[in-house]
Parts: sequence; C-alpha cells; structure tokens
Amino acid sequence: MSDADKSDISNLIKLFGPGILELLKGKQVELEHVEIELEELELYLPIGGTIAGSYPTIHSSVIQDTTGPEIRIRPRPENLADVPFNPSSIPYPAKIREIKLGGARSDGGTRGSTVTVGGSSSLPFHDPQSPPPHSPVISLDVFDTPVPMPKALKNHVKDVLDDPADWAKMNVEQFGADMVTVHLLSTDPLIQNRSVKDASKTVEEVLQAVDVPLIIGGCGDPKKDAETFIEISEMAEGERLLLNSVTTDMADAKTLEPVCRAADKCGHCLLGFTGLDLNSAKELNRRIYQFFSPDRLLIDLTTVALGYGLEYSFSIHERARTAALMGDSELSHPTLSACTNAWSAREAWMNLGPEFGRNELRGPLWESIGGITLLLAGVDLFLMMHPLAVSTLRDVSTRLMNPKPLKPEMSEWVSVKI
Amino acid sequence: MKIGKKGIKEISPIDVYKILPRTNCGECQESNCMAFATKVVNGEAVIEGCSPLYTPKYTKELEKIQDLLAPPVKTITIGTGKRKIAIGGKHVLFRHEFTYHNPPPIAIDIADDTDPDKVAQRVRLIEDFSYTYIGRPLGLDAIAIRSVTKDPDIFREIVHLVCELSDLPLILCSYDPEVLSAGLSECADRNPLIYAINHNNWKEVGEIALKYSCPVVVSSQGDLSLLRSLVTTMIKWGIDNLVLDPGTFHGEQIGHTIHQFSSIRKTACSEFDPIFGFPLLGTPISVWAGGELSEDLNRWQEAYLTSMLITRYADLLIMHSIEGWALLPQLIWRFGIYTDPRKPVSVDPGVRIFGSPDAQSPVLITTNYALTFFTVESDIKAAKIDCYLIVIDTGGLSVEAAVAGRYLTALKIADSLNEFKAGDLVSHNYLIIPGLAARLSGETEEETGWKVLVGPRDSSGIGQMIRERWPPVEE
Repeated sequence: MSDADKSDISNLIKLFGPGILELLKGKQVELEHVEIELEELELYLPIGGTIAGSYPTIHSSVIQDTTGPEIRIRPRPENLADVPFNPSSIPYPAKIREIKLGGARSDGGTRGSTVTVGGSSSLPFHDPQSPPPHSPVISLDVFDTPVPMPKALKNHVKDVLDDPADWAKMNVEQFGADMVTVHLLSTDPLIQNRSVKDASKTVEEVLQAVDVPLIIGGCGDPKKDAETFIEISEMAEGERLLLNSVTTDMADAKTLEPVCRAADKCGHCLLGFTGLDLNSAKELNRRIYQFFSPDRLLIDLTTVALGYGLEYSFSIHERARTAALMGDSELSHPTLSACTNAWSAREAWMNLGPEFGRNELRGPLWESIGGITLLLAGVDLFLMMHPLAVSTLRDVSTRLMNPKPLKPEMSEWVSVKI
Repeated sequence: MKIGKKGIKEISPIDVYKILPRTNCGECQESNCMAFATKVVNGEAVIEGCSPLYTPKYTKELEKIQDLLAPPVKTITIGTGKRKIAIGGKHVLFRHEFTYHNPPPIAIDIADDTDPDKVAQRVRLIEDFSYTYIGRPLGLDAIAIRSVTKDPDIFREIVHLVCELSDLPLILCSYDPEVLSAGLSECADRNPLIYAINHNNWKEVGEIALKYSCPVVVSSQGDLSLLRSLVTTMIKWGIDNLVLDPGTFHGEQIGHTIHQFSSIRKTACSEFDPIFGFPLLGTPISVWAGGELSEDLNRWQEAYLTSMLITRYADLLIMHSIEGWALLPQLIWRFGIYTDPRKPVSVDPGVRIFGSPDAQSPVLITTNYALTFFTVESDIKAAKIDCYLIVIDTGGLSVEAAVAGRYLTALKIADSLNEFKAGDLVSHNYLIIPGLAARLSGETEEETGWKVLVGPRDSSGIGQMIRERWPPVEE
C-alpha cells in the first residue's frame, strides 16, 4: 500500500470514528442506505487471491450510478460465436381484395392502360419473401375550376390550369401519372353550382385527352354528388371509373343506393370515405354491400397532413391492414390516400425564415414524406400533385418492392469526406 | 424466444399489484396500490413512483417487477446529467398497440478534418436549431464525431474542442481502437456512445468498452447472422450496454434497410428474442457515401430516408444535413408518431377565452379536431389577442375535412352559437370564420343573423387579420 493510499484510509478512519479498524478486523461490512459520490472509483481486485479483510464490501447497487468502470471478471471469449439468423415468416389467414381500375376495349371501355390495386397478403415491406403483388398506383389531380394553390404547385401547371383535358395530358405525359383524378368542384351548389351535364362534359373531354384510368372527385355535397356520379356513370359506361367518394352523408341523404346501383350497372368502382374511424368505415361498407359488390370497393380512411395528425392516419391504416389480414373482410379493401393534403400544413408552403429555407424543396418533401409514410402503412393508391413528390414516391416504392443486391460499401459513412 | 415472458398488453394490473407492497401508503399519489398498478400497466405511471419498493425490504419484489415490466427492447442511456438521452425501451411493434417510448434522438455529425472555427459554428447550429410546433420547442439531441483523418491525435483534439463547446451527448465514430481510445481519453466521463464494434475489431473495441464502461454499437452492415454472432459474443463477455447497427442502405438498396430493421424489431417484440432486444441505430448519413452529384439531392434522400427510419423502428439517428427544410419534417414526424395513440382526436367543444376579452372583443370559430384546435390556440397566444374562440363539435374533423364532409355547416354554426350563448359574450355581432370555411359565409349570415368576416386560410394569419381588420368598419 502506497503512502497516499494510507493517508486516504486514515482520512476514512477519521470519518468513521476511532475504533472502526478494530471493529472491521477480519470482518466484512455491508453498507446500506449510503450514497457515495465519487468522480471515479477504482477497485483493485486481485484475481484468484483472497481479498484483504479490512476492505469494506460495498453493495453493488449503491455504485451503479457512478461513472467509474465496473468490475468485470468474465474472460474474453476466444472466438466469435456462430449464431445464424433465421427470420420466421408466418402467413396471414386473409388477403386484401384485388381490384382492377380502368376499362380497356375488351371491358367495354376505351382505356389504353389499366391498373390493379390490392392483393396484399402480408404487412407492407415487413417480409422480403412476401412483397405486395402490385406496385402502388399514383393518380395526379386536375381541377375543373380555379382553386387556391401554393406557388410550388402552381408553377408546374400554370399553363394548363384552365383546361382539365390539357392538364390531364400534362399529368400523364410529363409527370408519369398512372391515373388522373378529375375534381368537379365547380358543381358545388354553394359556389358555382354548375350542372351535372357540364361536369359530364368535362369528364368526357378528359377521357378523350388521356387513355389512363380516371378517378372522379365530387364537391362534397351528398345530393349533388349523387346526381353527378349517376350522370357520369351512364355517360362513361364500361370505363371502370373510381367514384370519389360515397359517404355516410349519402346514406343519410338517401342517395347512397341510387349511386351504388348506377355504378354497379355501368361497371364502375366506388371509394368509401370516412373520417379516421374504423367503426364508421365498417358501418359504411356494410351499407354499400347492400347495393354494390365488395369486390369493386376501395376505402379512404382520411389522410391528414404531416404536423396536423399524420400519425392518426398512419395508425388507422396499420390497424385496418392488420385486421384485414387477420380476416376482417369488412376492411380487406384496397386503400386510397389523398396525400396532396400535405399542402394544407403551413410548414409545406409558408416562408419560415432563412434557417428553414428552400421553400421549393420543403413543400414537395412534405408531400413525399406523407406519401412514403402511408406507403409503409400499406396504402395502395395515392392522390398526388408535385412532380418531385411523384417521382420520389415512385422510386421508393419500386426499390422497396425490388431491392438491388447489397453493396456494403454504400453504407460506409464513418470516414467519408463530405 | 424467451419462455414465459409476457408482452406489455398481456400484463394485467393484478400481475403488478401482487408484487407491490400493498400497503396503500399513497406515496405514489394514487389512492391505493391497485390504482397505481393499473396506471403502470397502461403506461401512465412508472414503477419508480412507488418509493417503498426501493427500500431494502422489497429488493426481491423490485427485481421481480422490473423483470415483469422490462421492455423487450432494452433502454440504453447515452451522456450524463440533464442532457442525457435514453434510447430503445420499446414494448411493441405497432404504435396502436401501446405507445412508442423514447423518441429517437437525432445526432448531427462533425468530421475531424473540420477547421476549429467551422466546428464551433456547426456546434452552435446544432445547439440552436429549434422550431416551435403547437407551442413546444423541437430540436436536435446529440453530436456524432467522425474520424475522417484516422489520426488518433487529431480525433482527440476535436473531441476535446467539442466537449468545451457543448454538453450534448456524444457518439465517437471510428472502427480503429486507437482512435476510439484517444477520443475516450477526453470524454469517457460523459458516457458517450462508442461506434463501433465490428467483426474485425471486436476484441480490441470490446476491451475499450469494458475499460470505460460506455455503451457501444455493434455493427454488421447487411449481415444479420453476423450481427447476432457479435451480440451473442459480447453478452457472453459481459458487455450488454449495446446498440445495433444493421447498416442503413439507401438508393436502390433502401428495401434492405426497411426489411432488416423490421425483421430485427419483430424478432425482439413479437418473439422476445434477447439477442435482438437492443436499440437500433439508423445512419441516414450513409447517403453521403453514395456519390450523388448534387448536395441537395443527398439532403433530399437523407430526409426521406430519415423519416422512413423514424417510422420503421430506428431508436437513434445520425444525420449530416443541418438544413431546416430537411430536418423540420423529421422533428415533426418524430413528435407525432411518439404521441399516445389513445389520445383523443378531438377536444371538448365550447368557448375558450384568450387574454382578457370584453364585449368589444372578436369572436372566432374553429373545429374540435385536436391538432386544429392546438394550432389555432398556439397562434392566438403567440399573437397575444384578447378574444373568444368557439370550438364547434365536428366529430374531431379539421376545418377543411369538416366543410367537405358537411360536419361544419351554417346550421351547425348557428346551433353552436346558441348552445354556447355567444350572443351574451359580446355586444357586437361579428363572427370570424376560418378561411377554409369561406364558402359557408353567405349561409351562415342567413342562419345565424351574425355578420361574417372570413379569416385567414391558415391560423398563423389571425394576428395580422385582427390588427388590420378589427374592429370592423360599419357599413
């Protein structure tokens, strides 16, 4: 024992009072209810030897919070253990309905391309052995009347804003849309209240301008939308449109049945829309089944913008998909997300000062992240607007479905010069 | 698979109650031990609230209860003092099953080939980065120091410098034991995370982790069998303060990243596998090793990859981008997905009073969707306006969705004004409605008899509107 050590011990003895050494002789002392505050605690334990009798034994839990090294006496293993990883893969009992959108000539329509959504039999991108059978589908928006739009969006379409047919063409030819959504907002009785004939004519023009499948969006009024959908169903018989959307409000306004029957008779598909509530989604679906085949029904469980409750949308989609795969057939419908709602978040378009700069990137990133997040929750069909968000979602989904072989050097970030 | 382990959803209050002291002493602020046990299994109280359990008399019971409630993913602490961070501690695979705990801290890198004044600048950026979201500040959490020069002395100097500039938790990044030792000689007392043990250096870096008793990352990029082998070896050696790095691949290989993170977390949370029961490190900074041509493209990729890792099970993240546009969605998404999923989507309808309004003060309406309300609330507070806000029951839908879905109509507004006696609050009859409900203005004037002023489409404009247009000019 060095002199310094001896002086440390004599200080301790002063602290504990005279006679402590005598008491400790040949004994072990257990300290309880004692907090020892030390910058560093070094204990020398002679391995294999006996421990000198006068060292107090300190209850190990007492020193857990100190920052000094703990005592380890386990020897270093000689070799690396060999423990292979065999991930388990338990199949789910049910799968999501598979639905084709768009009517080709053979279906009695005029579409040059059709898309198929749904068909998943496992959770999205959890199990590489079980990828979704179809790539996610992206539909780009067209409006039949001017709508307020952030600059980042308007810039890309400003030349075609007044012409839904040209706008649709641009969506397909320049931005690679799989589908086009025609929003017939001009029919809103509280705004322009344009006639269903006008709306039908707009859709007819878009059908002639592009040959991808169409989604027809209403104005939200349960009575007017029913009239519009019925008119367009008949005009576009065989085109296998997706009518967006049928709601609980329609059931209350007694317009659900005629819309379902018209869509069924003319071979279209329906989108059931409910607001972040699985019970109402199931309830609405049951009402639709009375007049319409479940095999042509998609559901929209509501997409909220990042920052405004995206987590509610995310969790409701995960719950719906899990329940459907476990056998809840009232939820085993392909899902649609209006991820253009991202732009209602102020963080997507507002100037937030230089430190949050590059508004022209922040906006499309907002739309991209909303879309990718719901892709991970299992959404099959996306309504989008910004070209950069469209190409990002496309890239990510392709790569998730079909990853290229690993190149470990691609993740070598530690010493990379940036 | 760990036999007999129960998932957090299978544990009943009785399981916990049986082990508690059952004295109903009330030190936890609950009326009795059963009430406390119920809160504990619901994640609304922590076991530390029961102080008697921490007395020697109950050592065995404490151990039992900690074992019972132990999350399948271990909690690891990095750093010391006020700014230390806890990572992992996950109970479930899906957010809707329980609540995700310990939002993943975001560390920003500093390379050791950076000029000292640039280091200071970057540390300041990291420390100061902040965005106020529904009244809460969101920021960054840690600094990852990378050995680019591979020179131990240079690494030591940079670590020293960063320690002087900041007390944020540190991650020391190198595969070279000498470099790591040099860094640790400066900051071991700050409990940094060591990055990393791999199949080449496990003996040496293992010794270092033992010597300094700091948490350490086990890295095996793309090979999960090797990762299990390394982790098993470390546990056998007595090193169990571990974080897992299965590799973060980007671009065309991004699918592997998502599959591997999901596979590891499923094995831990659904099968209670102890080898994969450690926090996961995601390194979106990897995109910078990919040779993209433009920096903005790298930032773009890093940004969406980070958000995917927040969704899919990363417990700690290392990023390079410090640009606000790339970081902001991460901070907000992390906040969102780590909220309690049982938290109602709606707030109670009724009249909310801001400041000290009088009979001349503005009356505004909004919907009872929780995030709509919190956003409007925080905007009104920030603008320091004295006013009344009438929160209308729209079944928890936002203004836009409620107008579209007919949950917010002129009739509904009229009913709410009557129900909450809005007419008694003020002597004027001007009602400010959200810009997103503008189309209801005509009908609302007819239905209510109030004069409608259409407010901004985004509530951040309320302050300006009131300054410019209140009190309204009589026609």
